Amino acid sequence: MTLSKEGFRSITGMTGPLVFVSGISDAGYGELVTIESPEGRRLGQVLQIDKDITTVQVFDGTMGLDTGNCTVWLERDVVRMPLGNGLIGRVMNGRGESLDGEALSFVEDILPVTGMPINPYMRESPNAYIETGISTIDMMNTLVRGQKLPVFSGAGLPANRMAAQIVRQATIPGRETSFLVVFAAMGITRREAQFFMDIFNETGAVNNGVFFVNLASDSAVERLLTPRMALTAAEYFAFVKGYDVLVILTDMLHYCESLREIGAAREEVPGRRGYPGYMYSDLSEIYERAGCVRGSVGSVTQIPIITMPDDDMTHPVVDLSGYITEGQIVLDRGIHDRVGYPPVNVLPSLSRLMNKGIGRKRTFESHRALADQLYASYAKAKELEKLRLIVGDDGLTDTEKDYLRFGDAFERKFVNQGDTRRSLAESERISWECFRELPRKELYRLPEHYISRFWRSEGTRS
Amino acid sequence: MTEGIILGISGPVVTVRSNAPVRMFEIAYVGNAHLLGEVIRIRRDQVDIQVYEDTNGVRSGEGCAFTGELLAVDLGPGILGSVLDGIGRPLKKLGEDGIFIRRGIHTGLLSHVQEMPFVPSVRVGDALRPGSFIGCSREGSHVEHRIMVPPFSRGGIVEYIAPEGRYALDRTICRVSDGEEYALSQKWRVRVPRPVQERLPLDRPLITGQRVLDTLFPLALGGAAVLPGGFGTGKTVTQQSLAKWCDADIIVYIGCGERGNEMTEVLEEFPELSDPWHDAPLMERLVLIANTSNMPVAAREASIYLGMTIAEYYRDMGYNVAIMADSTSRWAEALREIGGRLEEMPGEEGYPAYLGSRLAQYYERAGRVRALGEPDRSGSVTVINAVSPAGGDFSEPVTQASLRLSGAFWGLDKRLAQQRHFPAINWSQSFSLYEEILDPVFSKEIGPRRDELKQYLRAMLDNDRRLVELVQLVGRDGLSEEDKWILLMAELIRIVYLQQNAFSDADASCSTRKQFEILDILKRLDDVVRKRIFDGVVFEEIAEIPFLGDLLRIREFSETDFGAEASRWLNDQMNRVSGLAVMPK
Repeated sequence: MTLSKEGFRSITGMTGPLVFVSGISDAGYGELVTIESPEGRRLGQVLQIDKDITTVQVFDGTMGLDTGNCTVWLERDVVRMPLGNGLIGRVMNGRGESLDGEALSFVEDILPVTGMPINPYMRESPNAYIETGISTIDMMNTLVRGQKLPVFSGAGLPANRMAAQIVRQATIPGRETSFLVVFAAMGITRREAQFFMDIFNETGAVNNGVFFVNLASDSAVERLLTPRMALTAAEYFAFVKGYDVLVILTDMLHYCESLREIGAAREEVPGRRGYPGYMYSDLSEIYERAGCVRGSVGSVTQIPIITMPDDDMTHPVVDLSGYITEGQIVLDRGIHDRVGYPPVNVLPSLSRLMNKGIGRKRTFESHRALADQLYASYAKAKELEKLRLIVGDDGLTDTEKDYLRFGDAFERKFVNQGDTRRSLAESERISWECFRELPRKELYRLPEHYISRFWRSEGTRS
Repeated sequence: MTEGIILGISGPVVTVRSNAPVRMFEIAYVGNAHLLGEVIRIRRDQVDIQVYEDTNGVRSGEGCAFTGELLAVDLGPGILGSVLDGIGRPLKKLGEDGIFIRRGIHTGLLSHVQEMPFVPSVRVGDALRPGSFIGCSREGSHVEHRIMVPPFSRGGIVEYIAPEGRYALDRTICRVSDGEEYALSQKWRVRVPRPVQERLPLDRPLITGQRVLDTLFPLALGGAAVLPGGFGTGKTVTQQSLAKWCDADIIVYIGCGERGNEMTEVLEEFPELSDPWHDAPLMERLVLIANTSNMPVAAREASIYLGMTIAEYYRDMGYNVAIMADSTSRWAEALREIGGRLEEMPGEEGYPAYLGSRLAQYYERAGRVRALGEPDRSGSVTVINAVSPAGGDFSEPVTQASLRLSGAFWGLDKRLAQQRHFPAINWSQSFSLYEEILDPVFSKEIGPRRDELKQYLRAMLDNDRRLVELVQLVGRDGLSEEDKWILLMAELIRIVYLQQNAFSDADASCSTRKQFEILDILKRLDDVVRKRIFDGVVFEEIAEIPFLGDLLRIREFSETDFGAEASRWLNDQMNRVSGLAVMPK
């Protein structure tokens, strides 16, 4: 049976991006509608059904719509994303429409963008090491295939540059194929978008990626669809086509602001800082769409970028993201100003899945111990720096001064690597260069046989 | 049958007009997809239902069928080792349909066609009371599953009892005089606490195997502990360590609104684990409830009651059960989200005003009890709940409400976590109300020196804090030689004793005996060195000795070898220290 489309000329009110329609007796939750006005057609989605009143969010905004001359057509379907190999290399707007003028005519499958939760029982633990070529990540906060590891950045810090560097350099040792990149830009400026596209052009990722671009000037409602479009594509290529997919989501703060904008228009009870109470659930519907699953060779690895307003890690968007994602790479203004690039502050950074990707057979046996030692020594150096501010150099013991030298070497040599790509062996070598500043007995987290392999007496105190 | 028509949909909340009165918390099947839901508000003929599945694509005008039943779960042999979603559906079964969870699939916790072994323990003519054992089944290779007369039944004289054999779960295996029949499985409403004979005092410890907890902040069997911490402070690792190594018989682990990969980790790691206290490997003593953050929010709300009901069921068999929920905050957020959809008046930080009372309903189901019926037996449910305070701020409502209801507060500290001090339990902020009752129990087992060592530990941690403050004022040169040593000694204690390596085979769990021995060796080292400092040895000489590396190395020795190894090491150090030159006074 085919249903002819039903139209309603009964818009009763509008506010912000929302349109209220009365008289629809069988509206579908989350389904698409088309709003036809004398000026053209706009797409919207049913956001709430409350007896006689159906609330619709309009992707293109409500400006110019009126209550008398518009018809609301029910499309009788949820929002879907056309999928197929032909998607690779294409640039689309935030709702999956082609931006390069050609229609998307390759469709092999068409799936709802909300996706479905992955059955936790059907997941496989991520356990393959990804080499990003960045010391602070590979050595101390290892990224693992199938992980979701965000970059927390302050405004103006080079998070994009770092994300681009990861896209350029990331490889899975032992695997021939490189990553398929799925890129979702949400509310970023034209300049930032251009920066990424230039990098993608330069590295050839442009032919091996799928790109969704929602600019700052584009619709805020559309921004809510963008990551879902991107992840639907990512899941398809990973779990149906068997690709290792690397998803870059930038910037999740803008996404959450859109969420807040809609919430405010609906007059919902706000949570912290005006963000809606369901933001945790909403964000997890995005971040949890990563991982490895049984019976599929592909994987979805996510690197969301989140700007911390005022460098505040307790900001709700950053905080909730940290609770869902599997660690975080934190960029730090102090290190940016004082040390260089990439400005990773390793102390608050963390990779929860690191242990699964490292060690014997994966990287090297003492990887964990070396990372722990770097952490412990650097944390102590930073504590002592604070102490020095109070008591001065004279108040410190010789060993403590060694720690300060270690901290300095660590930042200067290990952290500050610039745009170069470092193999893990190089990162290891540089770690030992830094350790040379410390007395041997301070390396208490390293096994003896490992120390003796790297410890050289020249130029060091025993 | 009572039916309704869908009027409104807002996220997980669906409003229905019903044609007859319905009950609060009654189960309903919503829409053409038959999504499972539960009645949470009634206003005249309008009924609000929280739906346990995604409501996208459900339309107003579709139907709704009310069942008259409340949310209940099957209890019986076969629960252990299973992985369930928040409303008790086995995820393994759902996984047969593919990697994603589809909607509208209804499958019970237990498979009723599967036959389980049964050995009767009563005879015709015996009297049965509610809660009495009828016989015994078996789960996995080691766990005895006692079959009990359901609470709230009448009991009576046994007229028929099935002989030893294998039976389907719903087949009658026992009938009593007035016609009541019992099977291997029974149903229980998850929101209703299972009744007990009597509540017992909380005077026995749950050994966690974590030094900082067992020594400083012990937990009682039947008690409740909360584990709050911002992200990255190691809540999950700590809670998993507790699940792996605590001496409870049965573990119920609830992943409540947390990460999918963490559940996978549990599934991949736990089956391989066995510990000194139990015959059965962990996976055969464990139920995992995995309602991850992206699964429907209403099922998250139900998941903790499901877990608690299973815990109480095994408690009634006479087991000590530990139930761990990670995390309470996600559960509270589910309440907040649903409350928001119902447009309820919000309380603090948008949480519903009934947050405290709902939490209490959960925490108060913990306890050590005498179970109903024969034989006389006791069991316990111990609660260990993680809390994820927004921004790591412990003054937020969920942490505060949990704090009021629990007896042990294990606060995780971001600063410690950043120094990679794990478990990152802040020793000046945490407390345990069970300490006074349990300390004598520990001392009785280990010896009176434990009290002395514990006081020493507390004193050293206090000295550490005081001296660090002092150093920041006057610099290290202002300290006496002894104080300089105390600072170093305190650091040794922090790293060797309070830190514990969850990823080391030898150190992940530490018996109370070995805990005592490590502390003992530290105290004796301190005595030796202090004596030499009194004699006039300068601190700088002592600081050159690599105590820390040595101690971390011998910490890795097994419980049996540790004592001898540590004594030998201490002797070496004594010789070494006594060889140091004394500065002329």
